Amino acid sequence: MSQPVFAPWDDPNEKPLIRFDDVTKRFGDFVAIDNLSLSIYESEFFALLGPSGCGKTTMMRMLAGFENPSAGKIELAGKNIAGVPPNKRAVNMMFQSYALFPHLSIWENIAFGLKRGDMTKADIAVRVEEMLKLTRLTKFAKRKPHQISGGQRQRVALARALAKAPKLLLLDEPLGALDKKLRQDTQFELMDIQESTGTTFVIVTHDQEEAMTVASRVAVMDEGQIIQVATPDRIYEAPNSVYVADFIGDVNIISGTVKAAGDEMYHLDWVANEAPLLAASDRTFSESQPAHLAIRPEKIAISVDKPTEMKNAVQGTVLDIAYLGNLSTYHVQLGGGQVIKAQTANTRRLSRRTITWEDSVWISWSATAGVLLER
Amino acid sequence: MRRASWFNITSLTLGFAFLYLPMVLLVIYSFNSSKLVTVWAGFSTKWYGELLQNDAFLNAALVTLKVAVVSSTLATVLGTMAAYILVRGGRFAGRTLFSGMIYAPLVMPEVITGLSLLLLFIGIGLDRGTLTIVLAHTTFSMCYVSVVVSSRLVTFDRSLEEAALDLGCSPFDAFRLVTLPIIAPAVISGWLLAFTLSLDDLVIASFTTGPSSTTLPIKIWSAVRLGVSPEINALSTIMIGIVTFGVIAASLISKRKAVKAQRDVRAAERAVT
Ligand SMILES: Nc1ncnc2c1ncn2[C@@H]1O[C@H](COP(=O)(O)OP(=O)(O)OP(=O)(O)O)[C@@H](O)[C@H]1O
Ligand SMILES: [Mg+2]
Repeated sequence: MSQPVFAPWDDPNEKPLIRFDDVTKRFGDFVAIDNLSLSIYESEFFALLGPSGCGKTTMMRMLAGFENPSAGKIELAGKNIAGVPPNKRAVNMMFQSYALFPHLSIWENIAFGLKRGDMTKADIAVRVEEMLKLTRLTKFAKRKPHQISGGQRQRVALARALAKAPKLLLLDEPLGALDKKLRQDTQFELMDIQESTGTTFVIVTHDQEEAMTVASRVAVMDEGQIIQVATPDRIYEAPNSVYVADFIGDVNIISGTVKAAGDEMYHLDWVANEAPLLAASDRTFSESQPAHLAIRPEKIAISVDKPTEMKNAVQGTVLDIAYLGNLSTYHVQLGGGQVIKAQTANTRRLSRRTITWEDSVWISWSATAGVLLER
Repeated sequence: MRRASWFNITSLTLGFAFLYLPMVLLVIYSFNSSKLVTVWAGFSTKWYGELLQNDAFLNAALVTLKVAVVSSTLATVLGTMAAYILVRGGRFAGRTLFSGMIYAPLVMPEVITGLSLLLLFIGIGLDRGTLTIVLAHTTFSMCYVSVVVSSRLVTFDRSLEEAALDLGCSPFDAFRLVTLPIIAPAVISGWLLAFTLSLDDLVIASFTTGPSSTTLPIKIWSAVRLGVSPEINALSTIMIGIVTFGVIAASLISKRKAVKAQRDVRAAERAVT
């Protein structure tokens, strides 16, 4: 298992393919992108994640050349691309709405970009056929876009954008219109295609699960700013703020004030008549600083008897149980009124489950289970 | 195919009757052997024969067709360009003024348009004749084309043009290869509208015409004042024939094009395997 890890962002000698350098984009008075800096490396599958209106599409449109930054600069392979029109950029975009040409057949749609270059007719035909095979569309080559299904249309849009073998492929919510099953299949297809072509992909999504599945790194955005950029597991395990923790997956947030408790350990005073919670943190906190402890539900154990070996244990009553097939989520109300979610895998049969509604239970977690956050 | 209900059939029949009955009558009476237009006296083609002798009518017909073809083509080009700039040009100084102004001729009384054009042509010393009629017709039918085309353009998905640019088209290529083919039906109906407007315009033509270039409506108008002659029916029938032929030809051509495009794709596919 000594495969070299793909992590160009950790290598100081690596040159980024795309560099946003203090980029600001204003529409009138409205600031859509706020002084944003970001590097994306070659062969990355980079995901932009964030709530609606946070500026994801605007970033894509600046990369494709449909918008220009109001301030700052964007570099592609070391060159400032301000003022380079979209047709002169080695960047292709797969549009949120697919934007297939309705008057052309699937074959001609895919060939469209190739015909703009100086490829010969025969080469174009070979390339189109290759793309059709890659996206499994060979059978539909002669049809018009309105004669195929939504999922097939999405693949045509992908094939058309990929055909020119761009340095950078932009995908704006490519899978938004697909149902869950097809979505998952297509995600894996996208990953395969990305790997086999080595193209750099930047994908926009507001589905956090999708971002986690496909991306080498994820940027979580809010109101035109990037809150955190990291690999999916870092984003999940070590969010840098309550915003990120809350945006990615399910999380319990317990707020309080910290007291130092030895080597990278802190006590969190969170409610008057409970013992302080113990949490490890490599960030340093000052005495009595307000802080938030973020713990994922699956890191919290639930039991009838008081656990002895866990550092943190709190008593409460079961408010609700959500049975999710492979998992169950318990909503436990603590003395102070706060509700904490605890998740366990359903390895036993339903009938043998011992905890039910209104039961008094203990929830517990270790000192390293949660992340202590400043904001 | 959905089956036609009796309601559909009735409304279709009524609609078509309303549109075409007068014309059918006209065509029928053009084969009337009587000199009296309203009395049927047996089938004959003699009016067509007489028409062919009538140089004045033939000349007028030719002038009208020439004017209609040239002015509607010019109006289509200019009107489409105007519509494109007004819908797509983004914000520029005076845009609202321009878009208001382009629609003004729609509501302007024809007499005023005609008169002002006449004054202009006299003012710049342009001899009145076929050229001035063409210019006048282009001016007033351009706004109709522009209305038809811009109403199509506002519903046109902008990202299609962006996709074309993204795939390496220059802005002009994007217009030629993507926008134009998609809005073509609107452009064609704009052309047809301009063509018919020019074909039957009497008021503006009479203001801007010269002695050498009498158009058919002017000719017919002055002839009818001396009494409707079956010759005019014959002439009108020929005009109807020409227009019908034109429309059918246009649709056949566009169909042929589609078939050819499909053949190209198939040929390309064969080249691969
Ligand atoms: N042309 C424009 N003029 C004015 N405001 C704009 C323009 N384009 C985008 N905006 C604004 O910029 C902000 C960011 O828009 P953007 O389209 O980038 O959002 P997004 O993150 O892609 O959202 P979604 O997930 O809904 O697609 C929004 O508040 C939007 O209203
Ligand atoms: Mg968007």
